[in-house]
Amino acid sequence: MSPLDRKLLRDLWRIKGQAVAIAAVIGVGVLMLVMMTGIVTSLDETRRAYYERYRLADIFASVTRAPDRLISDLSSIPGVSVAEGRVTGSALIDLPGLDLPLRAAAVSLPDFGEPRLNDIYLVAGRRLDSDRSSEILLLEGFAKAHGLQPGDALSATMNGARRTFRIVGLAQSPEFLYTTAPGELAPDDSRFGVIWMSRTALAAAYDMDGAFNQALLSVGRGSERTAVFAAVDRMLDHHGGLGAYGLEDHESNRFVSEEISGLRAMSSGVPPIFLGVAAFLLYIVVSRMVQTEREQIGLMKAFGYTNVEVGAHYFKLVLAIAAGGALAGCLAGIAAGRALIEVYLEFFKFPFLVFQLDPGAFVVGFSVSVLTASTGGLIVLRGVFALSPATAMNAPAPPDYSRTGRIGQSLNRHLDQPSRMVLRRLTRQPGRMAGAMLGIAAGMALSVGMISILAGFDRTLALTFTVIDRSDVTVTFTEAMSEKAILELQRMPGVIEVEPVRIVPAVLRNGLKTYRGAISGLVTEPRLNRAVDKDIMTIPTRREGVILATALADILGIASGEMLTIEVREGRQPVLDIPVIGIAQSLLGSPVYMELGALNRALREPNRVSGAYLRVDSIHSQSVYRTLKDMPTVAGVSLKADARNAFQKLMDTGAGAMRYIMAAIAAIITFGVVYNAARIAYAERARDLASLRVIGFSKGEVAFVLLGELAIVTLVALPVGALLGYYLSFGIAAGFSSDLYQIPAVFTPRSYGAAALAVVAAAVTSGWLVKRDIDRTDLISALKTRE
Amino acid sequence: MTEEPCKEVTSAFRITGLTKVYGEGAAAVHALRGVDLVIPSGELVVLLGPSGSGKSTLLNIIGGLDRASDGQVYFRGQELTALSDAELTRYRRDHVGFVFQFYNLMPSLTARENVELVTEVARNPMDPDEALALVGLHARTEHFPAQLSGGEQQRVAIARAVAKQPTVLFCDEPTGALDSTTGRAVLKVLKDVNERLGATVLIVTHAAATAAMADRVLHFADGAIREVVVNKTKLSPEEIEW
Ligand SMILES: Nc1ncnc2c1ncn2[C@@H]1O[C@H](COP(=O)(O)OP(=O)(O)O)[C@@H](O)[C@H]1O
Ligand SMILES: [Mg+2]
Repeated sequence: MSPLDRKLLRDLWRIKGQAVAIAAVIGVGVLMLVMMTGIVTSLDETRRAYYERYRLADIFASVTRAPDRLISDLSSIPGVSVAEGRVTGSALIDLPGLDLPLRAAAVSLPDFGEPRLNDIYLVAGRRLDSDRSSEILLLEGFAKAHGLQPGDALSATMNGARRTFRIVGLAQSPEFLYTTAPGELAPDDSRFGVIWMSRTALAAAYDMDGAFNQALLSVGRGSERTAVFAAVDRMLDHHGGLGAYGLEDHESNRFVSEEISGLRAMSSGVPPIFLGVAAFLLYIVVSRMVQTEREQIGLMKAFGYTNVEVGAHYFKLVLAIAAGGALAGCLAGIAAGRALIEVYLEFFKFPFLVFQLDPGAFVVGFSVSVLTASTGGLIVLRGVFALSPATAMNAPAPPDYSRTGRIGQSLNRHLDQPSRMVLRRLTRQPGRMAGAMLGIAAGMALSVGMISILAGFDRTLALTFTVIDRSDVTVTFTEAMSEKAILELQRMPGVIEVEPVRIVPAVLRNGLKTYRGAISGLVTEPRLNRAVDKDIMTIPTRREGVILATALADILGIASGEMLTIEVREGRQPVLDIPVIGIAQSLLGSPVYMELGALNRALREPNRVSGAYLRVDSIHSQSVYRTLKDMPTVAGVSLKADARNAFQKLMDTGAGAMRYIMAAIAAIITFGVVYNAARIAYAERARDLASLRVIGFSKGEVAFVLLGELAIVTLVALPVGALLGYYLSFGIAAGFSSDLYQIPAVFTPRSYGAAALAVVAAAVTSGWLVKRDIDRTDLISALKTRE
Repeated sequence: MTEEPCKEVTSAFRITGLTKVYGEGAAAVHALRGVDLVIPSGELVVLLGPSGSGKSTLLNIIGGLDRASDGQVYFRGQELTALSDAELTRYRRDHVGFVFQFYNLMPSLTARENVELVTEVARNPMDPDEALALVGLHARTEHFPAQLSGGEQQRVAIARAVAKQPTVLFCDEPTGALDSTTGRAVLKVLKDVNERLGATVLIVTHAAATAAMADRVLHFADGAIREVVVNKTKLSPEEIEW
């Protein structure tokens, strides 16, 4: 081994503490990138494989009733490879001990054999026996939530008739990964069930002998989908077709896609910020580290080593640290990704995993680490190479402290010697101090950013469930009812306030941009559930137009004053061209608000409501629920507390859960930044400090000279970091926001305080660690070797 | 052979009007104020002068470690002052050995490795152990600088300088920090190198007695040569009074 390589190894060993700290910071940045992209690609692949293996349909079309023979017509549409009809219906499940009935979908399976589309994955028990009409399969998530097992009985109301069934198996399906009760935003396993029954049995229950009410189609790759949609709609029009829609608009898939794309947005938005901060730190630390080698560089040059040889030597040193960190980050990222993906598998209810990594993440991680570190090294080396070896080799001439200025001189009289040394170093090496300060500020910014995101999640929940929605209960009727139903609710004892609502499914269109959602028809001055503006003031609904949520306005690319096309998917299915008259601050979901009367007029169904928001006296809530349960017109009742819990759970287990991991990583980086700043300052001054000790300064005074500098740099970094963090927060918040929920960046004195506290704690710990090393310095050897 | 061309061929260095100014304006320090000098090849030359007179500056410039403000330095007829950085590096690598006042050993390398650092890139190096034996350190080859005394570190620095078998050897106060016995031993090594390898050796010192062993003594003051003395008879290092 050449002596330079041996020097390299020994130097690495000597600075191992610092090297590990640097490698850890960049490693954590890389970890995050590898982990996040790995999770996203794996989830994407797993979903694709799951859909494919269980033959999930590409197109769904619901009709009132269509004869079976139409299926062969559908399958002969050019581009359609498979068409299948099935019967679906809504059901209410009565569980003993529950005040409210739970809503469910009933779905038919062919009497014999597996369905050609939308197969199920049997988790427990067996498949249906078509001879026994009382047998059902139950969605596993729902069964689990209520402790139901194969063999148990279940009573359900279908088409008005109450029957008792036997659960023979539990199933999962790519079609029902997520189940959301109608009219609700967050999915909840426990509140919406899926029942599979044999075709004959279900057709009997819903009067669908020889007919179907839902067509499933799969289309060949590359076929013209719009043409297929048009053909399907034409064919089903006479049978009460509600319009075919694609998988991308399918509720469960949309939800899964949203979560995955939320994770993807996060993985492309947030890790680069972290990696950028880590890289910036790497740059600063490496350049300062190489700077401390200045005399040795001069010496090598004096012996006739060329710039290339010296550069290569330091490149290896820097590479060892940066690539080592990146490699460790990659490995840890794979491990962390694998561990986390298990959690997500359960969250998404994928029955198997296709684990896949994104090679791009490795490339990016490595190149960013190695490039920034090399740049940091190179810039310093260029500076040292520009000096003559004679100058480089001698310790830098003592800095000219004569220019400290008048302020300095008047200060001097009041300060002791160590304080003066601290101040002079700060003022004499402003570039270096600014670098150290910016490094710490970047760490602080990351902490501020993450803390404001944590607060943002809480804000979203609080705003949605206490400020925007002031109701306690949402009631959904089985169908659109006359307004008399509202009077009936108002008369119930314990009900304080009732506000009618009519929700109709609709496709919103602005040019080529479409969104499949629902319109909420609200009263003119809503009080319980309302649209609010930026200042949380109610936006009244007006006859002339609709109010869109910010997220939806973004999706459709539409602004207030522009015309929106609404294709209502209910009743006579009117198509409305209507101006947008307001943008509502909505953090959950993507609601569209319209004036109730105007909506009803458009549908030519005056005075109809589909549900109501209730404010209930908490003392009477139990009796109110019981009464509601017994009302035949009520299809569902949802409590706001349940909805809020469901959302909290969603945010804590889905894409949002990543915020805790990111906050932890931000904390690690922040600590790493501060620790590195302390270490490198110590490395630069080790000999000076030893000299001070020799001439009689105490350990405490010597530590003060070094740590006083760190303390001042840290204090200056706090406000700068707070400011940087303010801007960073918006970037991180955008990464966390999705169609399902928007996360604002929330700044409170508390979040700044917490971030500042984290930085100060890191500084104190780092200071203590470095102080330990100062105390341990062997004075003789520190002074004896001139580097 | 005539006098003049012979002188040109056998001179190691020819220096004309060499000046060096550090800094600018009011803060400018004139370290060299026009040095004219010829150093014949193969001689052992001692440069004497008070501290701060510009000795190190001169050594650094003709050793290719620093650049002059004005004037020329010729090494074997080639103008050093006109060389590029890369050519200067080549010059140092192929011809020059340095012994620095403050030893300048690599702290993370052992004595032998410090020597190897130079032999690694030299054209015609000695065996590092042989070089260390020459300075009497054969028993300490595996020690790190921190484990060696000042004199021992200086001897490692000398072993490092001579191991490459340099054409010219520059020593900046090599005995400055040494006691008389060690000092004499070090000087003896330098003389050996001068005689055995035929290297031109330039020793900077402020110890006037050292001058007795030189072929030529340059008296330096205030950035210029004041006097050149050619010794008719030289003493051996053992005979020098300390
Ligand atoms: N890098 C430098 N910057 C400014 N002045 C310098 C520098 N190096 C040396 N000097 C000044 O040049 C003069 C000559 O220095 P030097 O050659 O080291 O003297 P010597 O070696 O004879 O003691 C001194 O006055 C010294 O202060
Ligand atoms: Mg000197």
